[in-house]
Amino acid sequence: MKINKNIAISDTGFVFNPLNGESYSINPIGIEIINMMKEDKSFEDITHTMLTKYTVEDATFEKDYFDFIGILKHHNLIDTNEQA
Amino acid sequence: MEKLRYERPVIKKLEAGMPNKFGLRTEYTPMTHIDGVAVKDLVKDYGSPLYVISETTIRSTINKAKKAFTTRYPKVQFAWSYKTNYLNAVCNVFHQEGSWAEVVSGFEYEKALRNGVDGKKIIFNGPDKSEADLRKAIENESLIHIDHLDELYTILEITETIDKRPKVAIRVNMDTGTYPVWDRFGFNYENGQAWDALNKIMRSGKLELVGLHCHIGTFMLAASAYAIAAGKLADLAIGIEQKYNHCIKYIDMGGGFASKNTLKGSYLPGSDTNPTFDDFAEAITTALINSNFKNNELPTLILETGRALIDEAGYLIGSVIANKRTSLGKRTTIIDVGVNLLFTAFWYEHKMTPAQPFTHYTETSQVFGPLCMNIDVIRENIDLPLLNKGDQVVISTIGAYNMTQWMQFITLRPNIVMIDTEEKVHLVRENEKLESITDLEKMPEHLKKFDL
Ligand SMILES: Cc1ncc(COP(=O)(O)O)c(C=O)c1O
Repeated sequence: MKINKNIAISDTGFVFNPLNGESYSINPIGIEIINMMKEDKSFEDITHTMLTKYTVEDATFEKDYFDFIGILKHHNLIDTNEQA
Repeated sequence: MEKLRYERPVIKKLEAGMPNKFGLRTEYTPMTHIDGVAVKDLVKDYGSPLYVISETTIRSTINKAKKAFTTRYPKVQFAWSYKTNYLNAVCNVFHQEGSWAEVVSGFEYEKALRNGVDGKKIIFNGPDKSEADLRKAIENESLIHIDHLDELYTILEITETIDKRPKVAIRVNMDTGTYPVWDRFGFNYENGQAWDALNKIMRSGKLELVGLHCHIGTFMLAASAYAIAAGKLADLAIGIEQKYNHCIKYIDMGGGFASKNTLKGSYLPGSDTNPTFDDFAEAITTALINSNFKNNELPTLILETGRALIDEAGYLIGSVIANKRTSLGKRTTIIDVGVNLLFTAFWYEHKMTPAQPFTHYTETSQVFGPLCMNIDVIRENIDLPLLNKGDQVVISTIGAYNMTQWMQFITLRPNIVMIDTEEKVHLVRENEKLESITDLEKMPEHLKKFDL
């Protein structure tokens, strides 16, 4: 899964999609996840990093992660072509 | 290395233009403590959900209300409306602050007596007073507010067998320019019913007419309606004096002042817009003082204020059970507080505040209770910080009616604690056990056994 190449993400979590002119705001944990995705980290790697750093259980993180990915897809921020 | 507090990842589309009415954040700071006691400790010691009552807030609120009236009018008496919250501990705080009792059933009447209220200081309202209730109230010289002619005739019959002169008032309903007109209780002012009842009372010679009562509605947002009501009761009182040379002792304006809650669909929070005690006091006392009472004959002003005196003193702590999304992607949070415990969720957009620190990120969410029922909606639309499973939320301004109109439905009722003025926590009602419910049931012999 890849973040759409055109998407600009600032350090403060401001996201702009030049394809449709929409902007979004992401919280710091969301930015961390997106940055790891950009580095092509796997879901397992991302989970490991987050579980070490934050007080969260495996199941909760997994659920929140896929929920987040779902919303990114919904907003066309994930390149679904490359997913295949 | 200590782990950091987790917050779930969120992304939110930024909308241009005006913030919508749901964009008002409930709270900017977490509510970690109630009256100096940590919410975490309360939940650890008493469980979740948990009702919490602030004795300090009750006392400061009744004193604010008293001050608003006593600085404007010479004789003022509050009577605690039992139905609003008849937990004995709550009633007794009001009685310690000088409030009489206002009851609307034999059950509430008994409760007030058992709390130690002198029968002479109990106001007995409502359409359903049995003959036995009336007899007891007459014996105790309580103030009986007659609702209908059938009640009046029953009282007159009782006087044949009892050597007491019942102290009565009538409840008057009237048009105060607000909607709805509560005309199902008492006798109507405009169509002459009230005068008809008063004439019957005065001509009987067996009853002592001590006052006039009205209760024009609840959660009233227009103080001006009270001015109209007070003016009409004053006219009746002056008419009685002229016609029968009889001075009534009090005018009872009932309850109905809006609390600081926000009605569903309101654009702005009730705490900013609802009239204050001063607004209501100004309207009522000005109308009474400007009426034609002789200066030394002003009747006592009785107030049966309910919700406005107790709503703010009540909190309901709940815990997050789960977060999920609807089919349309809307964020949904399920908490362990349902409408069985928070009846007022049907009317109000209750303020909800997380009990632990949070960032400024929010999600527009709907909050559901734990009941497996579609009606179990606590908030339809609220911007909430990101809550995790197990986090606590504090729902505010819930002290009125929830602890009386609650339902034993699907779950058992939880503990209620009161935090006293020295930050000490007292359990004032124990949580229900399975036996609290099943002990009242009886099993017919032939249904005791089955094979599956
Ligand atoms: C006769 C009477 N008095 C007082 C009250 C208390 O009203 P509120 O809680 O609106 O102040 C009620 C409530 O319905 C009532 O019926």
